[in-house]
Amino acid sequence: MKFMNEYRDQAVVEQYLGEIAKAATRPWTIMEVCGGQTHSLVKNGILQMLPENVRMVHGPGCPVCVTPLHQIDKAVYLAEEKGVIMCSYGDMLRVPGSKRSLLESKAAGADVRILYSPLEAVNIARDNPGREVVFFAVGFETTAPANALSVLHAHRTGVANYSILASHVLVPPAIAAVMNDEESNIQAFLAAGHVCTIMGVSEYEPLADAFKIPLVVTGFEPVDLVQGILMAVRQLEKGEHKMENQYSRVVRPEGNPEARKVIEAVFEISDREWRGIGNIPMSGYEVRAEYAAYDANRKFEVDIEKVPESAECIAGLVLKGIKKPHECPQFGKKCTPQMPLGAPMVSSEGACAAYYHFSQVMS
Amino acid sequence: MEKQKINMHLQCPMPKLDFDIITLGHGSGGLLTNKLLESGVFELLKNPMLDQHHDGATFTLDGPLAFSTDSYVVSPIFFPGGNIGDLAINGTVNDLAMCGAMPKYLSLAFILEEGLTMKEFWEVLVTIKFAAEKAGVQIVTGDTKVVERGKGDKIFINTSGIGVVHHKAQINKARVKPGDKIILSGAIATHGVAILSIRQGLEFESDIATDSTNLNHTVASLLDVFGEKIHLLHDPTRGGVAAVLNEMARDTNLGVDLKENALPVHDVVASACELLGLDPLYVANEGVFLAVVDPEIADAFLEMLRKDQNGTYAAMVGTVTDAHPRQVLMQSGIGGKRVVNMPIGEQLPRIC
Repeated sequence: MKFMNEYRDQAVVEQYLGEIAKAATRPWTIMEVCGGQTHSLVKNGILQMLPENVRMVHGPGCPVCVTPLHQIDKAVYLAEEKGVIMCSYGDMLRVPGSKRSLLESKAAGADVRILYSPLEAVNIARDNPGREVVFFAVGFETTAPANALSVLHAHRTGVANYSILASHVLVPPAIAAVMNDEESNIQAFLAAGHVCTIMGVSEYEPLADAFKIPLVVTGFEPVDLVQGILMAVRQLEKGEHKMENQYSRVVRPEGNPEARKVIEAVFEISDREWRGIGNIPMSGYEVRAEYAAYDANRKFEVDIEKVPESAECIAGLVLKGIKKPHECPQFGKKCTPQMPLGAPMVSSEGACAAYYHFSQVMS
Repeated sequence: MEKQKINMHLQCPMPKLDFDIITLGHGSGGLLTNKLLESGVFELLKNPMLDQHHDGATFTLDGPLAFSTDSYVVSPIFFPGGNIGDLAINGTVNDLAMCGAMPKYLSLAFILEEGLTMKEFWEVLVTIKFAAEKAGVQIVTGDTKVVERGKGDKIFINTSGIGVVHHKAQINKARVKPGDKIILSGAIATHGVAILSIRQGLEFESDIATDSTNLNHTVASLLDVFGEKIHLLHDPTRGGVAAVLNEMARDTNLGVDLKENALPVHDVVASACELLGLDPLYVANEGVFLAVVDPEIADAFLEMLRKDQNGTYAAMVGTVTDAHPRQVLMQSGIGGKRVVNMPIGEQLPRIC
């Protein structure tokens, strides 16, 4: 905790907040990309501590929230109809599919297991040679190395009854999609620190240039966030648009080349549908053909209908930062964490859940 | 802790038996049931009332009584620092203590899954014996049922208990007033994280052990001194501190102001929570209670509690208020404010 507490120091946070107030002479709108940052901002009460003219809007960086409905239906189908052992990160379990969530499938008798590491799923496959084991591999670039490694590990150790249901998404195309949206009013971004730990920062310089926006790679602790916001505000005030790295204690410019090699070995970049947003070109990973045997999308025939999203859920507008969660007419009424209409109300990184759980807008 | 375990076994070695696993017959009520009970179970938990081997226990108690029941289904049944046996005793003992009562008699009912090894059952029984002795309660009646393999999870236990309410105790939600201080008797989230650390699929290396213990002696000595100035006691088990405070806020129509910096959490537990994406406020506790006390005794209460072996890490964590009825607010570590809501369901580990 020692190395964490120093980034939760009230005096340091207050100092940065004072500098933000001094620096910001005009109203600015900044988007934090990552759901982890959203939660930290809300949970620590930072949003109310910022000066009124610095407005944070919340981005699409919640991997569970943007996993398409159809993929969840597929996971439920595999668990219920094909009798696979469906393994997943805990976050994914409560997200509603069109009929039910994986947690409800589990209650109904399907073999659904919560894991922290996909390598554990490979072990389960090894120990259950008579059954198919599928890992629901969702996430941004951050979880991609571990998911890819599980495929390599299964391949090397001859575990043939293992596959991943990949639903990976990438941050830079999402930033571009948000900026290209006509309704977008974002003037600067806090980029997701953990994604850059893997990928490095080189993808972000061209984005800052192309859209003429400040882009600050930022961490997740309160001190990180207020420092990142200050760096963005200072650029905005000076009319600059650079990529800066606030999270340099973790993010190296080149990222983690070893992890990227693993990703590149197993995955290739493809078009990807984002729940609530739609198709974004070249914004996801899919399993390369040479590892097709470990790709649940290819391995299993799944004959299920594509069901449209709830018309009442404005998740797309929330994920693009056009609406705040509490501006949704259903927020806290028809849509609650107990009875969610959309994924952002469920995931621990979803903006709607953050507002529901921690924010006083409920009262 | 390890040393204590070894001692227990030396004192209570498992009897020599002609069976090593529990079968359906052991719950039939017939010869096999008798064989199981007389193999050493009765001997282990021996007291004059249990020795009657009757359908129930008869006894006399004076004064207002408290009565409580709880079922224990923890999985796995053995975990760092304890097992389902001490949870089953301490849980009901503590529920009674939270009513301001001194626990006296307990019932003990097992639902065993066919195939449970006698060795595991014996270890749970020995733990029960020592937990009951430490709490000063007697197990006076019981029951054993066996279900088919796959219909249970090794052992389920129900305990019910009766206690005599302390003559000075006036524990009641209706007595909670604005200005009352909220005190936690120990570091939170320890038990929940200890269980999680060995749950299949989530295992991580740590030396976090459960803090499950009986709190009745601690509570009784506080009641001796502070009596009716203690307005409410709660043990924040499932749902953690957040659930208990939200229930209190809802039922009293008052609010709570918490201070994040004041919450006692062991460093190693806090780190594990960070890693797993859990909020310690929502994690289950065992050997911890929450007291709502009159502000005029708050400092003295805390001072006395800190001298108790169960109160080393006690801390004043918040205040009752009428400023925001039915709402629990927390001042974050950096001075911001946030709502602490009722937990929805089980906390699920996050993705990254």
